[in-house]
Amino acid sequence: MGEAPLLDIRGLSITTAAGAPVLRDVHLHLRRGEVLGLVGESGSGKTTLGLAALGHVRAGLARAAGRVWFDGEELFGIPPAQLAGVRAARMAYVAQSAQTAFNPAHRLTNQIIEAAVFHGLMDEKTARARALADQARLGLPEPEKLGRRYPHQVSGGQLQRVMTAMAMQTRPGLIVFDEPTTALDVTTQARVLLAMKRLLAQSGAAALFITHDLAVVAQMAQRICILHKGRIVEENATEAILAHPAHPVTRNLWAVRQAQRTARAGGKTLLEARNLTAGYGRGKDILHDVCLRIASGRTVAVVGESGSGKTTLGRVICGLLEPRSGTMRLDGAPLPGLLRQRGKSLRRRIRFVHQSAETALNPAHRARDILARPLRLFEALRGAALAARIEGLMRMVELDPALLPRRTGQLSGGQRQRLALARALAGGPDLVICDEVTSSLDKVIQREILGLLARLQEETGVSYLFITHDMDTVRAIADEVIVMAGGRIVEQGLRDAVLDTPQSEHTKRLLACAPRPQPGWLETAASTAREQER
Amino acid sequence: MTSRGLHFSPRRERVTAGRILAAAIVWLYVLTALLGPWIAPYGEAQISAEPFAPWSAAHWLGTDQLGRDFLSRLVFGMRNSLFLALAITIASFALGGSLGLLAAAGPRLADQILSRLVDVFMALPALIFALMLLAIFGTGAAQLIVVIAALDATRVFRLTRALAMREAALEYVEAARLRGESLVWIMGREILPNITGPLLAEAGMRFAFVFLTIATLSFLGLGLQPPAADLGSMVRETATLITYGDFTPLIPALVIAILAGAVNFLIDGYQAQPVPGGDDG
Repeated sequence: MGEAPLLDIRGLSITTAAGAPVLRDVHLHLRRGEVLGLVGESGSGKTTLGLAALGHVRAGLARAAGRVWFDGEELFGIPPAQLAGVRAARMAYVAQSAQTAFNPAHRLTNQIIEAAVFHGLMDEKTARARALADQARLGLPEPEKLGRRYPHQVSGGQLQRVMTAMAMQTRPGLIVFDEPTTALDVTTQARVLLAMKRLLAQSGAAALFITHDLAVVAQMAQRICILHKGRIVEENATEAILAHPAHPVTRNLWAVRQAQRTARAGGKTLLEARNLTAGYGRGKDILHDVCLRIASGRTVAVVGESGSGKTTLGRVICGLLEPRSGTMRLDGAPLPGLLRQRGKSLRRRIRFVHQSAETALNPAHRARDILARPLRLFEALRGAALAARIEGLMRMVELDPALLPRRTGQLSGGQRQRLALARALAGGPDLVICDEVTSSLDKVIQREILGLLARLQEETGVSYLFITHDMDTVRAIADEVIVMAGGRIVEQGLRDAVLDTPQSEHTKRLLACAPRPQPGWLETAASTAREQER
Repeated sequence: MTSRGLHFSPRRERVTAGRILAAAIVWLYVLTALLGPWIAPYGEAQISAEPFAPWSAAHWLGTDQLGRDFLSRLVFGMRNSLFLALAITIASFALGGSLGLLAAAGPRLADQILSRLVDVFMALPALIFALMLLAIFGTGAAQLIVVIAALDATRVFRLTRALAMREAALEYVEAARLRGESLVWIMGREILPNITGPLLAEAGMRFAFVFLTIATLSFLGLGLQPPAADLGSMVRETATLITYGDFTPLIPALVIAILAGAVNFLIDGYQAQPVPGGDDG
C-alpha cells in the first residue's frame, strides 16, 4: 500500500452504557475511491461501525477504545466544531429510510443544498446547479420540477435517489450508505443501486456500503467485510468471498439464498374468489376482475411491485375492504365482503399478519396480553387452560415463555414477528394472510421465519396467502404463485412452472430484479426494470 | 424500520432543585386542603372578632368584612377551590377524552359532528359563555362543575382526538378490528394506554387553568356562594382594604398564583421527547 488509506479504524471497541460490547476491536481501512461492503445480521453492529466511521457514537453507547483516522485527522480527538466542519465538507451519510430522513416541511432541492450553503462551502447558485445536475445523473425525471416538491410528494425510490444527491452535494471523500435500498421493492432497488454505483464511480468517492444482503453488496463493493456480534470475522475481495466463503457466518449468509422447498400441487379448495373488483372510497378500481383459489394446507404467493394491488387483494380477502363486485366462498359457503357481516367463527378462520410487527403489536401491551386476547375471544379460554395455551403458542413459534411479561417494545424485530404470527395462529385459523411479513427483516431472520411458517403449516394444516415482492421468498415458501401488475393477475400457476418458464413480461422482470451476486447482474436487471418505467 | 416517533414519558433523570420545590409546594397545598378543618384556627363561617380586625396573635391575618378569621377562610377557600378544580378536571377529561377517542376511532360521521360542534363552542369566548350559562342555571358547586367542565372538555377533546388519530392509523388498531374488537375496547384498551402520558401532562395544565377560572368567576360573584369560603370572593369582599395600604386582600391572589406556577413547573417534566428510532445494525 503506497498511499495512506482515507479511512483507518484501529482497535475500535464500542460498548453500551451498561458495558455490553457492541463493537469489539475492529480494524478497518478504506482507500480513496474504494467501495467496501459491510455485511452482517441485525445486531451485528454494522450501523454502529458505519456511524463511528463518521466520528459519531449514538446516544446510549460509548467508545471504549480505538481510534478513527480520516485523511490524517483523528475524528475522536478533534474538537466538535472542527469535526462538524470535516463532516460537512468531506463526509456524507445515506440512511435506510428516506421518508424519515427528510424534513417534510421543506422542498427537496432546498434540503439537498442546505448543508453545503450553511457551511459556506459554495454559494446557493452553484449548489442549486450541482444539485440539479446530480439528480439528472441519478436518473430522476425532470429534476427542476421534482426539486420543488415536498418529500411526501415523490416515491420511495425517488426519495432514496434524492438523498444520494444530497450526500454527493459537497463531493465528499467518504459516503456511508446504511441499508439504502432495503425498504424498496426489487425493481426499484435495481434502478437505485445502479444509479448509486454510476455516480460513485464518476465522483471517485470512497464508500462504506452497509447491508444484510450479500447479493446486493456484491454488485457494489470491491471488498467485503463480514461483521458478526461486533467483530469482523472475514474480510476479502468480493470475488474471493463469493467464490470461497471461509467463515461459517459467511457461509450461513450464503445458504439463506438457497432456501427452497418442494412445491405441492392439489389440495381441497379452501377459499375461492371470483371476479373481485375493489377500490378505496370513491377512487377508481385498484383491483380488476381477480379470480383465485387457495387450497387447504397450501401456500399461495402473490407477487408484484409496489402499487400492483397485491396488498389490496389481501385486504379484500380479510374483510378490511369491501369488494365492489365479485364473490368469495370459504369452504363452499359464501364469505361476506365486510368484516362486520362476518361472524366470530369467520373472523377466527381468516387471520392477517402485518408487514411491520413493530406497529402491529400494541406497544402498551405485554406479550402475554397479545396472545391472551384472541384466545379469550375465539376459544373462550380462561385461567390455567389459557396460561397453558399461551405457553404452547410461544413454544410453537420458538419463543421463550420467559418473554411473556415483556412489553412488545422490549422484543427484537424477529421476536416481534414471531409473536405476531403466534397471535394470528391463536384460535386455530384456516387461512393466514401474510402481508410482506419478512421484508423488513434481515436475511438470516427471514429464513428462520420462513422455516417456521413452513413447519407450522405442516403441523396445523393452515393455508397462507403470502404477499411479497421478493422472488427468493416465493421460492422458499410457495406452492402456487400469482403475479400481479396494475391490479390485474398477469400470471398464475404452480410455482415451478411460473418461476422456471415465466410467460409474462412482469414475471420475467421480477425474476431478473431479484438480486444475484453474479457480475453484471445489476446492469441487466436495471435495464430490464427501466423498460417498464412509467 | 419506522420509528414510532415521539414518545411521552416523565423525564425522571432530570430532578432539579426547582422541580423539587414545585413538588413540595403542590404537596403543601394538597395537605392543607386535606387537613383544612384541623389546621384552621377557626371555623369556616365562624364570626370571631370585629370586622376588618388588624393582624394579631389571635388572628394572624386579621378578619374579613364580617369578622371571620382571614387565615381560616384562606385554608377553607383553598380546600374548596382545590376540590372543585379537581372535580372539574376529572369531569372534563372524562367527557372530552371519551368523545375525542370516539371521534378518532369511531365512524367518520361521529367525528364530523363532534368536531364541528366543538368548533362552534370554541368560537365563543369561554368566560363570557360561562357567565351566561351560570346566569341561566344559577350559581353553586354543581353548576360550576358542569359549566366549566363542559367548556374545558372542548380543549381536551381536540388534544385527545389529535393524539388518538395518530395511534388509530397504526396497524395494531387494524389488527384489533380484524379480531372483531368492539369500539369501546379499541378506544379504551388499545389506544388510550398509548396516549396517557401527554393527556396526564395536559390534565396538570388544565387543572391550573381551572383553578384560575374558578377564582375569576368567584371574584365576579358567580363562584361558590357564601358562607362557603372562596379565594376569589375573598379578594373581592376585602378589596377596600387596599385603599388603606393593607395588602391582605392580595394574599388569596398570591396563593392562587403560587399554585398555578408550581403546577406548571412540575408539568414541564412531562414533555414530548423523541426516542432514537430504528434498529441497531
